[in-house]
Amino acid sequence: MAYNLKEEAKKPERLSGGHRMCAGCGAPVVVRTILRALKPEDHAVIGAATGCLEVSTFLYPYTAWQDSFIHNAFENVGASISGAEAAYAAMKRRGKLEGETKFIAFGGDGGTYDIGLQSLSGAMERGHDMLYVCYDNGAYMNTGIQRSSATPKYADTTTSPAGKKIPGKQQWRKDLTEIMVEHHLPYVAQTAAIGNMKDLHEKSEKALYTKGPTFMNVLAPCPRGWQYNTPDLMDINKLAVETCFWPLYEVIDGKYVVNYKPKNKLPVKEFLKPQNRFKHIFKPGNEYMLEEIQEETDKRWEHLLKLAGE
Amino acid sequence: MAIRERLSGNEAIATAMKQINPDVVAAFPITPSTEVPQYFSTFVADGAVDTEFVAVESEHSALSACVGASAAGGRTMTATSANGLALMWEVLYIASSLRLPIILACVNRTLSGPLNIHNDHSDSMGARDSGWIQIYSENNQEAYDNMLMASRIAEHPDVLLPVMVCQDGFITSHAIENIDLVEDSKVKDFVGEYVPDMYLLNKENPIAVGPLDHFTHCFEHKRQQAEAMKIAKKVILQVSEEFSRLTGRNYSLFEEYMTQDAEVVTVVLNSTAGTAKYVVDQLRAQGKKVGLIKPRVFRPFPVDELATALSRFKAVAVMDKAESFNAAGGPLYTDITSALYSKGVFGPKLVNYIYGLGGRDVKADDIEFVYNQLLEITGTGKVDSVFNYLGVRE
Repeated sequence: MAYNLKEEAKKPERLSGGHRMCAGCGAPVVVRTILRALKPEDHAVIGAATGCLEVSTFLYPYTAWQDSFIHNAFENVGASISGAEAAYAAMKRRGKLEGETKFIAFGGDGGTYDIGLQSLSGAMERGHDMLYVCYDNGAYMNTGIQRSSATPKYADTTTSPAGKKIPGKQQWRKDLTEIMVEHHLPYVAQTAAIGNMKDLHEKSEKALYTKGPTFMNVLAPCPRGWQYNTPDLMDINKLAVETCFWPLYEVIDGKYVVNYKPKNKLPVKEFLKPQNRFKHIFKPGNEYMLEEIQEETDKRWEHLLKLAGE
Repeated sequence: MAIRERLSGNEAIATAMKQINPDVVAAFPITPSTEVPQYFSTFVADGAVDTEFVAVESEHSALSACVGASAAGGRTMTATSANGLALMWEVLYIASSLRLPIILACVNRTLSGPLNIHNDHSDSMGARDSGWIQIYSENNQEAYDNMLMASRIAEHPDVLLPVMVCQDGFITSHAIENIDLVEDSKVKDFVGEYVPDMYLLNKENPIAVGPLDHFTHCFEHKRQQAEAMKIAKKVILQVSEEFSRLTGRNYSLFEEYMTQDAEVVTVVLNSTAGTAKYVVDQLRAQGKKVGLIKPRVFRPFPVDELATALSRFKAVAVMDKAESFNAAGGPLYTDITSALYSKGVFGPKLVNYIYGLGGRDVKADDIEFVYNQLLEITGTGKVDSVFNYLGVRE
């Protein structure tokens, strides 16, 4: 059946409303869309690394999660969910469980690109039947907007402040999606919540129902850290894709597919402009920063096209 | 009929694990506990068990995976030593606060630095306040027996705490000794099926584990955890009693050796107790009234029982194979002095000996020296030095 957001939205929510994520935050939109890709009859064991998503959805004695949920620590959601999946395999083999259970780990970019990279890598290499989702908002937002290895160059964060001498973060972003591709997983995808969520939904479905370890890197803008107007969340997502700052692609058994090529690729400044974390790069004398970002964005996009044989 | 075997301490642990056949074992190699996952993965490869063995990429992930597996509803075990236990530190506290009955075979080794692979107790002593039950083992037989009892204690509904079964690295982990094994079927009956009350994989009753827990409830949760540790003492005794009926081997919170008319005793953990027993026998032959107290259960700390037992003696040497770096004695010593004070026991003269750090050999002569010092104290009634180091060059 063709994807239809209206129909999908009729499914009961598996992440209840009433949680404490900020208005205009990308993460809950991403999570709800992913969970809608679960078959209604399937149970899920969901883990989250310490971070905004965890602390805002599971404050004792309340939980927003309809499925089983576990939070362990910051850097170990990969290992934690891999353990739950191992218990499932053993208990299923011993006839103690019935039906299908899916395993999903959520981590922010801090918990995934940085402190949790080893745990993620280990879980994926061991081949657990689980989906790891990085919701990438490009900084340690939960602790108050500190730079991570996912933070874009020149972004103003509280540990890479745009100062008088040093204009924000000095390094390019780590390319986590490519790191995960190099794990030779059966399914890796980079996606974002845009339009009617078709791309995110379909990738989630594939990732959840491909046997083995799968990974999705999902853009999840943060209104506090990126400093945009909260109602503009979906526009920001779209601009990230239309400028090719955040290309939508998937790698199925090693084969690259670029899912969306903008007819008119927008200049990256269109994505950066609405975010006050980049306001200093638009000041006179700082044009070189914008040029550098544009150049790097183009370079990475061209490289991706080449990988996809385009 | 019990099975007579010859096994190293690590083999004994792995054999107990094989007989228990847990759902999940997640472990990472580190000397001297490496053999435990090695033996166990052989059992998995040969189909002797149908456990999921998770060969993780670090000890942090080993215990993290154990937390996931245990919360999911599986009986879960791991093994480690020294730096491996240190890397688990963060998750040790999480495992106990989540009330997960994970079993950890700790093969005691000196915690870095400096790097040293030999035995002392700095690893598990550092984890003494992490909320884990700690049971110490003098020899291979005790390591095996404690491992068989561990699941019963941990999984008791009034306890639900993780258990660390400790033994001395190399000294018992790699030394082959005679051992009596319990038949597989009897182990199965004794340990029983693990049927958790609530678990992640129960789709009929999904649960959420590991919340953000503010000051409105966190204190109550910690209080409940502390209560579980208190209750654990009774449960350990019940399980030990049941085990004794099964095997004829008696276990309590601590062992008393030749204490009935003793005037002086040493208090010592793990394998050194074996050496001390030999020395006690020698000195007894000379008519000296010496004895030994060997704590088995260090967490929960048997405050009442130890205070009562120690109150009968004139002088006591508490032996610590770990330095607290507090300038005030080793961890066993400070716990014992605190127990005596809180119970109003002021009779015995107490001294502390830090010994065997970094695997320094402790010989019968060393222990004999300690007993002679104690006997001298009983003669003079004077303690010249409370805090002492045994066998160090100064």
